[in-house]
Amino acid sequence: MAVVTRGFGGRRPASERPVPPGQYLTDDFPVLSTGPTPNVDAPTWEMTIRTEAGVEHGWDWAGLQALPAEDVTVDIHCVTRWSKQDTHWRGVPVDALFTEVETAAEFAVAHSFGGYTTNVPLDDLLDGRAWVVSEYEGEPLAPLHGGPVRLLVPHLYLWKSAKWLRGLTLHLDDEPGFWEQHGYHPYGDPWSEQRYA
Amino acid sequence: MTAWHTGQVVHTEPLTASARVLTLAVPGFSGAVAGQHVDLRLTAPDGYQAVRSYSLARVGADEVVEIAVDEVPDGEVSPYLVHEARPGDLMEVRGPLGGYFVWRPGDAGPVQLVAGGSGIVPLAAMARARATVTTHGAGLFRLLASVRTHADAFFPDELGQTEGLTTTWLYSRQAPAASSRPPGRLTRYDVETYAFAPDAGAHVYVCGPTGFVETAAALLVDAGHDVARIRTERFGGG
Repeated sequence: MAVVTRGFGGRRPASERPVPPGQYLTDDFPVLSTGPTPNVDAPTWEMTIRTEAGVEHGWDWAGLQALPAEDVTVDIHCVTRWSKQDTHWRGVPVDALFTEVETAAEFAVAHSFGGYTTNVPLDDLLDGRAWVVSEYEGEPLAPLHGGPVRLLVPHLYLWKSAKWLRGLTLHLDDEPGFWEQHGYHPYGDPWSEQRYA
Repeated sequence: MTAWHTGQVVHTEPLTASARVLTLAVPGFSGAVAGQHVDLRLTAPDGYQAVRSYSLARVGADEVVEIAVDEVPDGEVSPYLVHEARPGDLMEVRGPLGGYFVWRPGDAGPVQLVAGGSGIVPLAAMARARATVTTHGAGLFRLLASVRTHADAFFPDELGQTEGLTTTWLYSRQAPAASSRPPGRLTRYDVETYAFAPDAGAHVYVCGPTGFVETAAALLVDAGHDVARIRTERFGGG
């Protein structure tokens, strides 16, 4: 049993739906980034998937828009302890990018414009569990929140949902990304509170 | 790193009308670096818990945690910390946390700090850590600190006379009579006038509310500062 903090009452969440342990609900959309927001224009945006064999698959903005998009309503959870319920996104399931990709890799690293990286097991990006999104709440995704295109992996802490996405590299071994090299958990399941390694 | 320690409030001190410093004794807490933060966990009598992160205002002494908390008016935890907590109260502490937005005494070169509001807290910790470095050749620090009015400034007297640090206060709402700069938000002119020039090669740390950090980081990049040398920490909604 934890120590009791005298005089602290707290405010119970109004939501009936549970949030992961140690999280609180917010209506804001806080921003956590390690540096200045990169300027990436949608018309010149490109991304690639590079397999462990070095084979590259690429998409430009028109190519991404040509893929079947979905509307996605999910809860998101940041390791800095805020959660936000029922956020609305529009984007392409990562599965749609992998129809032509041949790989034996079990791990992926997402790469951002600006140099950020984060590692995710490939299975966690597939089977309808992750998206490459370009709209948030019915509007083009703002640069502040990762626009024009970011990864969305809502079942993991939000640092895995790389902003300003420019590519995925596939790997046979798990290779830690930016925060994972700075002490954060390699997997980052909010429901198991996998915050720090 | 992930263990919760029991901390006890040993001292509180008002900073501004809406902020104060809390000092906690935390057995088992050690090794903090300037710029890092801690998680605080508060537990109500019925077991309900809330956790928030706060930057360390000072590092260097193990088993001591010093934070400076600004009240978020409709917040759940900060009003308690600013108005209610008193010496003897217990809460749990985890950390130190964060390994990127940090300055270590061995880091070479000049440092530019840019603070918006209570974002000054981790930057003050860096300046305080710098002041303890006695070797010649420790880089000079400059601090650009944006506050609404003089009454909202954290640590103004101390940061005006910290070894190795030059501080410029920028007032966004109301400037003291002696100030020649009209009140207003951070501008390109401020960055070019008061911050290190880009060719000084300073490492830049920017901390504050999201809107402030977005503006400041963009102004620094536009003024010619190397994106790779700018580190940011933001709080609040975007």
